[in-house]
Amino acid sequence: MPDVTRGTPEGGAADRTMIRLDALTKRYPGQSEAAVDALTLDIPAGHIVTFVGPSGCGKTTTMKLINRLIEPTSGRVHLDGRDVTEVPAPQLRRRIGYTIQQGGLFPHRTVADNIATVPRLLGWDRRRVGERVDELLHLVGLDPKTYRRRYPKQLSGGQQQRVGVARALGGDPQVMLMDEPFGAIDPLNREALQNEFLRIQAAVRKTIVFVTHDMDEAIKMGDRIAIFGDNGRVLQYDTPERILADPAEGFVTEFIGSGASVRRLSLTRLESVVLPDWPTVEETSDGETLRAAARGSDRDYLLVLGDGRRPVGWLPVTGEDRRPGERLPLLSPLGPRDSLFDALDHMLTVNASAAAVVDGDGRYRGVVEMDTLRELINTRAAGAPSSSDHLQEA
Amino acid sequence: MTFPEFFAENWTDVLDHTVAHAVLVLQSLGLAVLIGVPVSVLTYRTGAPRAAVLGVAGLLLTIPSYALFGLLITPLGLGSAPSVVALTLYALLPVVRNTIVGLRELDPAVIESAHAMGMGRMRVLVTIELPLAWPVLLTGLRVATQLLLGIAAIAAAVNGPGLGNLILDGLATAGTPFAVYLTIEGVAGIVLLAVLFDALYAIVNRFTTPGRLGA
Repeated sequence: MPDVTRGTPEGGAADRTMIRLDALTKRYPGQSEAAVDALTLDIPAGHIVTFVGPSGCGKTTTMKLINRLIEPTSGRVHLDGRDVTEVPAPQLRRRIGYTIQQGGLFPHRTVADNIATVPRLLGWDRRRVGERVDELLHLVGLDPKTYRRRYPKQLSGGQQQRVGVARALGGDPQVMLMDEPFGAIDPLNREALQNEFLRIQAAVRKTIVFVTHDMDEAIKMGDRIAIFGDNGRVLQYDTPERILADPAEGFVTEFIGSGASVRRLSLTRLESVVLPDWPTVEETSDGETLRAAARGSDRDYLLVLGDGRRPVGWLPVTGEDRRPGERLPLLSPLGPRDSLFDALDHMLTVNASAAAVVDGDGRYRGVVEMDTLRELINTRAAGAPSSSDHLQEA
Repeated sequence: MTFPEFFAENWTDVLDHTVAHAVLVLQSLGLAVLIGVPVSVLTYRTGAPRAAVLGVAGLLLTIPSYALFGLLITPLGLGSAPSVVALTLYALLPVVRNTIVGLRELDPAVIESAHAMGMGRMRVLVTIELPLAWPVLLTGLRVATQLLLGIAAIAAAVNGPGLGNLILDGLATAGTPFAVYLTIEGVAGIVLLAVLFDALYAIVNRFTTPGRLGA
């Protein structure tokens, strides 16, 4: 994937401002309240910024001001340091990917022609356009041979959305605008699409403005979240951690709703957490070794490791004399990409106070306990990390 | 003289009139498209002008055809000219109405996407809006064609071309056996053309609306 993997490099350049909104205001004639009111916001390169808020809060209007689908009443938009009005709107828009609910695909054009829209406008030759289409279809997980010639109506909602994302990436834009892109997808597929999109973004590192009315989606997708109140005012603009840990008074607290502490758990992946050690025994150990291990620990369970240090079961330790009992099976350990929320969910589901964690190869890494979670919640509430890249911390 | 004997004698006349009839209808339809589509494109996003255009086109259709052909003799004389003009005016309503409806019915999200991809106004119109409105526009043409095939028979009254001449000759010689034969030939020719055109539209529709087949 030569083109799509090109993006903002890690490190210093990551904090460069890609989109700067400067006292941006939009007033519609005949309306006393402004749709967007003197909005100033810096959007860093290579990150996803989610605009979230109730309907009619101006988040979509703000997004459309960036690619000039709507022209502002006053104020400026700078894209990569240059005023967006310096070039004609169509030229500007070819450099900004755009995708909306259900993709907004052209129903009379094939999937390939839809994706080729911007490359053709940019005057790429046939071969380059063809290669780009296949590359993008691969990227969004659709087999080019199967889907290239299909029409949008022959695709499921989720597939249309993938094609919409591929089309938005067509001209390899630095910036993407996405308006409720997964809004029309059922919850199960939406989660899959969100995860897949985050995977794509990890590869392409675009600067993305992502509009949603769903706080959970905003938290999940956003490196930063801008919470919109009425008439296009941003009430809080920060990382998901800080917004959940320290929401601005009033509206934001209300909008986040209850359960902020639990939601924060979903922001931290197990791979970034230091896990306490746990007494383990080999599956092949004899009775004497087991008894010695049981006596040497104050835990109520020993973790049994099988081949290749894979956790295979729990060995309960009972009685005054700490006798090992019957082994209990361990069905699915938690992986490095699971979040603390998944860990909590897992523990509640199997009614345990601890869960085994493995690394990417399925080898034992440690055990996460209910107490560990409680500690993590408390420390994070006290001093939320200021890094804008919550997936990469620790 | 039986009808087959009569037909055997004058079938070349019938054929000539049928071809002339079809040409007259197609000419008028072509003119109606050349006038109606641009007018629709210019007005479909507006309020009052669109209503005015639809109103005028609707009004034209209510003028009795015999009267309209007659009225046009004064400025245009006799023959093809008033016939083509009158038929064009009649075709305007279905063409304009369906073009406007077709363009207005389009999913705004699709049109906005086209603009957001960086297409200019003209490109959006030609490559997105008109192709998407085409099935509705085509239906308008189909209705207009059926309408004109019937009305075109009146053209003979102003010395215009077409199958109306057979019918008019039949009326002029009422009482003779040939009168009925001539009228039957005229009417049969129009019905035949109507069936042919309808089949043609069905074929055109089938092959010019991709992406809808799977719907």
